[in-house]
Order: sequence, then structure tokens, then C-alpha cells
Amino acid sequence: MIKKALGFTFALAALPFMANADDIQVAVASNFTAPVQALAPGFEKATGHTLVASFGATGQFYAQIKNGAPFQVFLAADDSTPAKLESEGEIAPGSRFTYAIGKLALWSPKDDYVDEKGDVLKQNTFAHLSIANPKTAPYGLAATQTLEKLGLTEMLKGKIVEGTNITQAFQFVSSGNAELGFVALSQIFKDGQVTEGAAWMVPEDMYDPIRQDAVILKGAANDAAAKAFVDYLKTPEAAKIIESFGYTLE
Amino acid sequence: MPLTSADFAAIRLTLELATVTTLILLVIGTPIAWWLSRTQSWFKGPVGAIVALPLVLPPTVIGFYLLVAMGPNGFVGQFTESLGLGRLPFSFAGLVVGSVIYSLPFVVQPLQNAFDAIGPRPLEAAATLRASPLDCFFTVVLPLAKPGFITASILGFAHTVGEFGVVLMIGGNIPEKTRVVSVQIFDHVEAMEYAQAHWLAGGMVVFSFVVLLALYASRRRTTWS
Repeated sequence: MIKKALGFTFALAALPFMANADDIQVAVASNFTAPVQALAPGFEKATGHTLVASFGATGQFYAQIKNGAPFQVFLAADDSTPAKLESEGEIAPGSRFTYAIGKLALWSPKDDYVDEKGDVLKQNTFAHLSIANPKTAPYGLAATQTLEKLGLTEMLKGKIVEGTNITQAFQFVSSGNAELGFVALSQIFKDGQVTEGAAWMVPEDMYDPIRQDAVILKGAANDAAAKAFVDYLKTPEAAKIIESFGYTLE
Repeated sequence: MPLTSADFAAIRLTLELATVTTLILLVIGTPIAWWLSRTQSWFKGPVGAIVALPLVLPPTVIGFYLLVAMGPNGFVGQFTESLGLGRLPFSFAGLVVGSVIYSLPFVVQPLQNAFDAIGPRPLEAAATLRASPLDCFFTVVLPLAKPGFITASILGFAHTVGEFGVVLMIGGNIPEKTRVVSVQIFDHVEAMEYAQAHWLAGGMVVFSFVVLLALYASRRRTTWS
């Protein structure tokens, strides 16, 4: 019995060393979840490496990276967090680039609930408007900038519920607990159209551009798989997939 | 001290939530614990297991089911709407419901242990003196089970203060309504406001230590007497 237990412990201890050397650990901002899942098969087929993606909020990843998280590549939801990591010497020099420019959408899963101009916000007939946390999530900040531009900040203050990241903001709406919410277009958009419900594409002059930067982290500066993934992101094949989710590119 | 008014609002809200939750749990936990302690029924096993479920379930499971159940398509959501109460997610009442479920075993189990320890003898003696069952409960059981009630209250309160996952999933992070201390700490860390995170997190460590110390001190006193 003890022997068996010990054997099991050793097997567990050995796990990290058994991992394929060509695995690449990528920290991915929540809004880019669907695109990364669509990009992974092509990348893995083209290079033979295996992509292991973690999804979360950009600020959370920053804290984890500063404290030694084992990521090789970081796809952030903004450009300021990667710039901060760069100035702090946490990334491979020269590796920072914009991989996508995000778009904000006001969305409800109910057909016709959201009109094409976003007037539903002014009508104010809903109980809850979901946004991502503006302190930590760039799409949340873009949402508050939009409300500010529309002059609705005060009026809607008591109705705003915050998700910790854009995935949770989306989930509050998709579960029906909030009638509508500001989400990333990529969450509701595929192949040139909104997949479910109705959405208002927020005009880009209503919020600061959501430039999403990618970096190779310091520890992976000489890692071939990390470089292969970043190179793959810049291929026309990858660009086509990224654009199909409603992002624009530089 | 770099704590802001938002931090103090979160502390106040957390204490309110823990107080309300503990009071409700004492009211509904006492009969459940009493029944579990006295019954010979076949249902004792399943009911005991259901009460203990929150001990082992990840808070995400509880949060997810609550969000779905309390939403417009869930049975709880439709029930509260039909009563004209609106829906529970993103409200203080919703957090109370979540916390009651989440902290249930921390109140029921100490009470059940206390009731078990009393045994049938004192009640039989009281009954021979013509005390009604209700009279027995209030004049015999409650005083004898006092240490159990103290333990249950402290654990229920402290466990609710420490709640995070459930609140995160059904709360919506609304200041003064659903933004409790644990969520506020999470926000500070994500926003890289480490100084404020340290003050709140350090406060939680001190608070939890003092609570447990009080718990052990109260236990020692009762063993001596």
C-alpha cells in the first residue's frame, strides 16, 4: 500500500519532466479565447508544437508573470500592460507587437433588443447592464468611455454590473441575468456576422483604440516554439482567422 | 493607511453579509441539526450528505448553479419574479442566499455534534418532570449546547467573511451591494494596487487568526468547566 502510494507520488513528481519540450504556454486575454482556439490547429499542424493556452484578465496575468508564471508568450488585451512589462525588463527585447485591434459591441442574446444605434441605452428600460471591470479589463474601460461620451454615466450608474473579465461580462448577459452588456465583438462575431441575438457595433470614435499587444516573455527569449508561435500570428493565414472574429489589424 | 472609502465600504458590506448569513443559518440550521441528531430515519444519510456538500464542492460549482437557477430561465428566478421580488443575482439578497448555502455545513455540523453529545438522558429526565418537548428544547438543550452554538456562529461568520468564488460569480462587483472584501482584494491585485491589497489581505489574516484563537479559547473554557 505504502509502496503503491510512493510510486504514485514519484509519478506525479516526474510529470513536469515528461512534458513535451515543444509545448508552448501562452497567456491569452479572455476576449481572444475563440480566435486562439481557432488558430491552434493551424499552428500545431504547421510547426509540430503544442499550444497550451491559459485564459484570463490582462491585469491578473501581469501579476502572475511578475511572480514567475511559466508563460512563454503573453497575448494581452491592451498595449499598456505589455509596455509596462517591457519597461520592467520582463520581455524578450524587441518582441512586442500589435496582433489585433479589438472592437467593442453592445449585445443582447434577445433578437431586436439592441438597436443599431444603441438607443436602447437611453431608453433605460433594463435592470442590469453588464461590463468588464474598467480598472483591469480594457474592454471595460472602453465601455465606460462610451457611456461617458453618450452622457449616460450618471443615469446608468446603479444598473452596471461588472464581470472580472470580458468573459464573465459576456456570461452575465448570455445567462439572461443582465439584459444587455458591452462585450468584445470577437465573442459574438464569426465570419462577418453576429452569431446570436442583436448588437450595436460601438463607433470607434467613442473609445480609445483597443490595441492588443503580444510579447515573448524574458524566460523564453531563446525559445524556438515561442518564436514560431509569434511568427505564426503574423502570417496571412492567421490574419484571416483573426479578422474573421471582427478584429482589425495594423 | 492607503485604504479608500471603497475599501471601508467593502469591509462594512462583508460584516453585514456575514452577520445576516449567520443569523439566518442559526435559525434554519438548528432544526436541521436537531433532526439529524435525533432521527433514525433512512434519510439521515442523504440529508447529512447534502448539508455537507458545500464543504467539498468548488465554489464555482455553487456559483454557476446559483447564477443559472436564479436567472430569468431558472426555477428560482421565475419563483422570485412571480413573487414580485425581481431576480437575485447582483443583489445583497442574492449574496445572502449564496452564503447561506455555502456556509451551511459550518453551522449545522457543530450544532449536530453538540446535540449528539447531550444524549437522550437529560431530555428523558425533563420529560418525567412534565416539561413539554418545546420547553425541554429551550430550557435543557439550548443551555447544554451553548458551546456548539458559539462554535457554529464563529465558524459560520468567519467562513462567510472568507467567501470569494460564489460572490464573484453571482455578485457583479457592485460597490456597497455586492463588492465584499475578498473581491476587493482580487480587484486590487488585478489593478496592481498592491499597497491596498496588502492592507486588506493582512487585515484578513489578522482577523482570521483572532477568530480561530477565540474559538479555541472558548473550547478550552468549556472543557474545563
